[in-house]
Amino acid sequence: MSTATQVPAALEMPRDTYLNAGYGVKSWFLTKDHKRIAILYLVSITMFFLFGGLMAVLIRLELLTPAPDLFQSDTYNKLFTMHGITMVFFFLVPSIPATLGNFVLPMMIGARDLAFPKVNLASWYIFMIGACFTFSAYISGGVDTGWTFYTPLSTSYLNTHVVAAALGIMIAGFASIFTGLNFIVTTHRMRAPGMTWFRLPLFVWSMYAVSLVQVLATPVLAITLILVALERGFHIGIFNPQLGGDPVLFQHMFWFYSHPAVYIMILPGFGVISEVIPCFSRKRIFGYSAVAFSSVAIGVFGFLVWAHHMFAAGISTYSALVFSLLSFIIAIPSAIKVFNWTATMYKGSIHFNTPMLYALAFIGLFTIGGLTGLFLACLGIDMHVTATYFVVAHFHYVMVGGMLVAYLAGLHFWWPKMTGRMYPEPPAQLSALITFIGFNITFFPQFVLGYMGMPRRYHTYPPEFQVLNVLSTAGASVLAVGLLLPMFYLLWSLKYGEIAGNNPYRATGLEWQTESPPPMHNFHETPIVTQEAYDYESMNEEEVVIG
Amino acid sequence: MSAAGEHIVSPKLYVLIWIILLCFTGLTTAAAFGDFGIFNPIIALAIAFTKAILVVLFFMHVKYSPRMTALVIGCGLFFLSILMVLTTADYISRGWMF
Ligand SMILES: [Cu+2]
Repeated sequence: MSTATQVPAALEMPRDTYLNAGYGVKSWFLTKDHKRIAILYLVSITMFFLFGGLMAVLIRLELLTPAPDLFQSDTYNKLFTMHGITMVFFFLVPSIPATLGNFVLPMMIGARDLAFPKVNLASWYIFMIGACFTFSAYISGGVDTGWTFYTPLSTSYLNTHVVAAALGIMIAGFASIFTGLNFIVTTHRMRAPGMTWFRLPLFVWSMYAVSLVQVLATPVLAITLILVALERGFHIGIFNPQLGGDPVLFQHMFWFYSHPAVYIMILPGFGVISEVIPCFSRKRIFGYSAVAFSSVAIGVFGFLVWAHHMFAAGISTYSALVFSLLSFIIAIPSAIKVFNWTATMYKGSIHFNTPMLYALAFIGLFTIGGLTGLFLACLGIDMHVTATYFVVAHFHYVMVGGMLVAYLAGLHFWWPKMTGRMYPEPPAQLSALITFIGFNITFFPQFVLGYMGMPRRYHTYPPEFQVLNVLSTAGASVLAVGLLLPMFYLLWSLKYGEIAGNNPYRATGLEWQTESPPPMHNFHETPIVTQEAYDYESMNEEEVVIG
Repeated sequence: MSAAGEHIVSPKLYVLIWIILLCFTGLTTAAAFGDFGIFNPIIALAIAFTKAILVVLFFMHVKYSPRMTALVIGCGLFFLSILMVLTTADYISRGWMF
């Protein structure tokens, strides 16, 4: 196995970095440096991920047998609700934009910081205040609405802390809006001289598309959750038919945010993969503008497909037809990306570094997740598998097999830039492999279970489903090992990892031209851009001459 | 923020807009006493929409802002209209039979 990393012996850590610019509590919690805010976000979402993961472990343990052994049904309802809310709103939505995006986006365009550093800091505080609300609901007895808060169940029939949980999500939504706003303005106004729109790295394009969706869709979620709180608190009839409301209206409003939110979660992953694949194939990306525009197309068309979550909810047949067709259409820009990544690798000189292993896993798993999405967009099949484990498997292939894997790819890719030290390659490659295998053993059986008719959100099931459920739980324990390993070796590398140097992968992109870890204001001199992105060919030629 | 582009609006104009808004509020109240059948919500929404436009144009300074600001607001309204049009399309077509 060849790796692109060749570290000369006498590398030294740079003297002045953003990490040693101050050590006090204030220097972190009142920082306006986008890199330190990214680290704050990184630590917070890792905690939330561990919590959400723990809930997943408990769910899988309960499903080991058909009988209700460990939890009562109420407790089980709370477990999957807390798993969903935590993973979606407190891990996946902020994962790549607020950590990796926050860290590298300004550097990629040659800027000293984001356009509004204080808004960026405020976004982290708002995010944590939202988390306090939601987690206080967990601690004081839990929530059992499901992450979707469907009415009238959530507004009229449950006695748990729905309002606190929903308000927490609404507040955290503003953190997401702030991040999006900051990225949009930064990309428009802070590009270095010579950094034209079509020289932007594709990660910036996908961040830009995500930011548009965050700014345009998140307010609708906020309004919807406020209406839920109003109906629950003051019995104003909006969604409950007994009060003169309409429960399907809730679903329209909720999914108007939550389908685009799927793209808030997956588009940043596309961006990471578009950086990693050219770097470890030593080739220019195939069809730059097709990849760039498909990001924007996904962002915009993502707003036109939400009712595919409601085919079984009694919406009009004609409306369902239109939404089914539109859902098929949105698969096209995603497919363009997959084909372009594959074409980029063709005749490339491929190196199997850890980020590339994750990227390859992403392409396979996301393709399965995406194609099963087309099954679900098909009206007839959807009637059969609505609210079964088929749906659960489908979105875990997109959210975990796609997004989480892309996040790990990006985290490893930019780890040397963030910390100045390399992660250890062999254990990292091993854990990528374990994650890939564990993931498939966990979630592939769920497609079969769902197709056989096992409904989601029940803690008991008929005995004939047990074999596949045991398989899934066993896979989950393998997956857990694959996901816990990076925490150990990444922390280890902070002290003992090899010193990375400015550009350990010989990658293009402005973020690799500055020191690792970067100085306080990213660049000692403002860079001037004279080349298009991903010019690996001329970089390879230079190396032949030097070597 | 940008000193060059800042337009100063006279207090007179603010008071004028405020009075117009109050008149519209009175109109809404008056309209609530009459029964116009299907036009009840249409009249109420039309008045509210006009008021909102006045607030956005004058109190939020969009009339004096660069085109970009108007574009951003227009974009928001456009996506809001997607929500409304496609949701309404569902409600309207539920009873259709062919
Ligand atoms: Cu969807």
